[in-house]
Amino acid sequence: MQAMIEVRELTKTFGTVAAVRGISFTVRRGEVVGFLGPNGAGKTTTMRILAGIFPPTTGEVRIAGRDPAREPLACRRAVGYFPEYAPFYPDLRVEGYLRFVARMKRIPRGERARAVAEVLGSCGLESVARRLVGTLSKGYRQRVGLAQALCGNPPILILDEPTIGLDPGQVVEIRDLVRALRGDRTVFFSSHILSEVQTLCERVIVIARGSLVGEGTPLELGARLGRRQRVVLRVEGPADDVATALAAVPGVERVERGADGFVLEGPAEGDTARAAGEAMQRRGWPIRELRAETPDLEDIFLELVGNGDGRA
Amino acid sequence: MTVLAIAAKELQLYFTSFLFYALATVFLVLAGYFFYTNLGFFVLMGGMDLPRGLWQYEFLDLQRLLLVLVPLLTMRLFAEERKLGTLELLWTYPVRDVEIIGGKFLACVAVVTLMLAATAAYPVMLARFYPVAAGPLVAGYAGLWLLAAAFVACGLAVSALTDSQLVAGAATYGVLLFFWVITWNEAAVNEVTLHLLVPFSLFDRFYAFARGAVDTRNVAYLALFTVGFLCFTFFALDARRWRGVR
Repeated sequence: MQAMIEVRELTKTFGTVAAVRGISFTVRRGEVVGFLGPNGAGKTTTMRILAGIFPPTTGEVRIAGRDPAREPLACRRAVGYFPEYAPFYPDLRVEGYLRFVARMKRIPRGERARAVAEVLGSCGLESVARRLVGTLSKGYRQRVGLAQALCGNPPILILDEPTIGLDPGQVVEIRDLVRALRGDRTVFFSSHILSEVQTLCERVIVIARGSLVGEGTPLELGARLGRRQRVVLRVEGPADDVATALAAVPGVERVERGADGFVLEGPAEGDTARAAGEAMQRRGWPIRELRAETPDLEDIFLELVGNGDGRA
Repeated sequence: MTVLAIAAKELQLYFTSFLFYALATVFLVLAGYFFYTNLGFFVLMGGMDLPRGLWQYEFLDLQRLLLVLVPLLTMRLFAEERKLGTLELLWTYPVRDVEIIGGKFLACVAVVTLMLAATAAYPVMLARFYPVAAGPLVAGYAGLWLLAAAFVACGLAVSALTDSQLVAGAATYGVLLFFWVITWNEAAVNEVTLHLLVPFSLFDRFYAFARGAVDTRNVAYLALFTVGFLCFTFFALDARRWRGVR
């Protein structure tokens, strides 16, 4: 697969502040990749560099194989960028603004009207096309922001926190929109909301304090952390006997007694849940609940980000 | 092409903003008042060189109006985009900084040109009652237009340095006034210094135009002043972008 975004040993310092400290990653054609990190981790700085707003301090960037330092305009043409907080001109009308964007993106005159109509449609903006952007609700303004990024159908989309500051309904709308954008496009989008990344992305890149702390699918990230299996079990039976029996189950390394059940921990491989269930069945204790917890992105994230500068 | 798109957007923002209509009204009301009083003065004094003297006074008055009004038109050009965050967005489009600067400059010059063009009504009206020579008028308007372009370039450059329109406006007044009054205390400066300063005074440069003389040196100075500030704008934008300051 062709690499659409390549970043090698990228650093960016503002004065004495190092915002990005040597990160490397690749995003291939057609991938939807989430860029995760707490606020201030360097996500926006990295994305601004990719969008061509400013050059990196050191390191290399390739956008669709091109070097933005040598071919800035060609790189910018390949990228649709949605900046954090979706800035807008309050006094322009939605359609007029998008026509302006189409001209900025050097879309030939004959194709401009179609390009604008297309993004008005795909972002659900037809009903507000004649409104001033400044009079729109936050959700619609966010859509206008997405529309300008999509305008001209760039192969790469870089979206910086597209759902920030929206109410839950609007978040779902924008999320559906982003999902609909998949396909041939390469989407690289940042968030600090984990569930969002989990539902939208095939792959996640996690940074903290300007450094890469993890990369891969949520499952891979969990495995790399040496994540252990956790099994939640509720069973009807004498609590002390149950605990003893559970501790004897092969593969169970720790038994935790909660208010209304047990939590078992075991190594990442093996089926601890099944073994524990069979053990309960043999003793004739009816099982009320038996569930193996898969590693949650939230846990992974906290662990990755929490353990300081150490790399996973 | 992209330059024109930027210019068109800027013009649209000017013509949909109340500020433009307020400034144009102030300009035209005051310009009309100056014309009326200047004309009254020359009619009462009689026998003076009406066509030349009248226009000279009128152009000097218009020049003062431009000094007051142009910074209020230029202050928003970059400062507003920085504040809104839209400048960052412009930088992600396949557009060169030169095109952004050029578009904004052209739009603002067009707005000032429009305001100046409206004052052409005075000589047209006067021509119905009294012969008006075209020469001094052409020279005066050429000077006013060059001066306006120089003011716009200066305001644009200052606006590229800040995200506050107020700071941009105030600082533009500072720079323009400096180039304006640079020779005002001529009695107090020694002759050598004065000699060095006079060429840089916008006021002295414009005075020749107002009297009906188009001197290439003055044209060149105003053009250089404009180009100089446009280049300054380019480097100011570039520097702030490198530092990553919005």
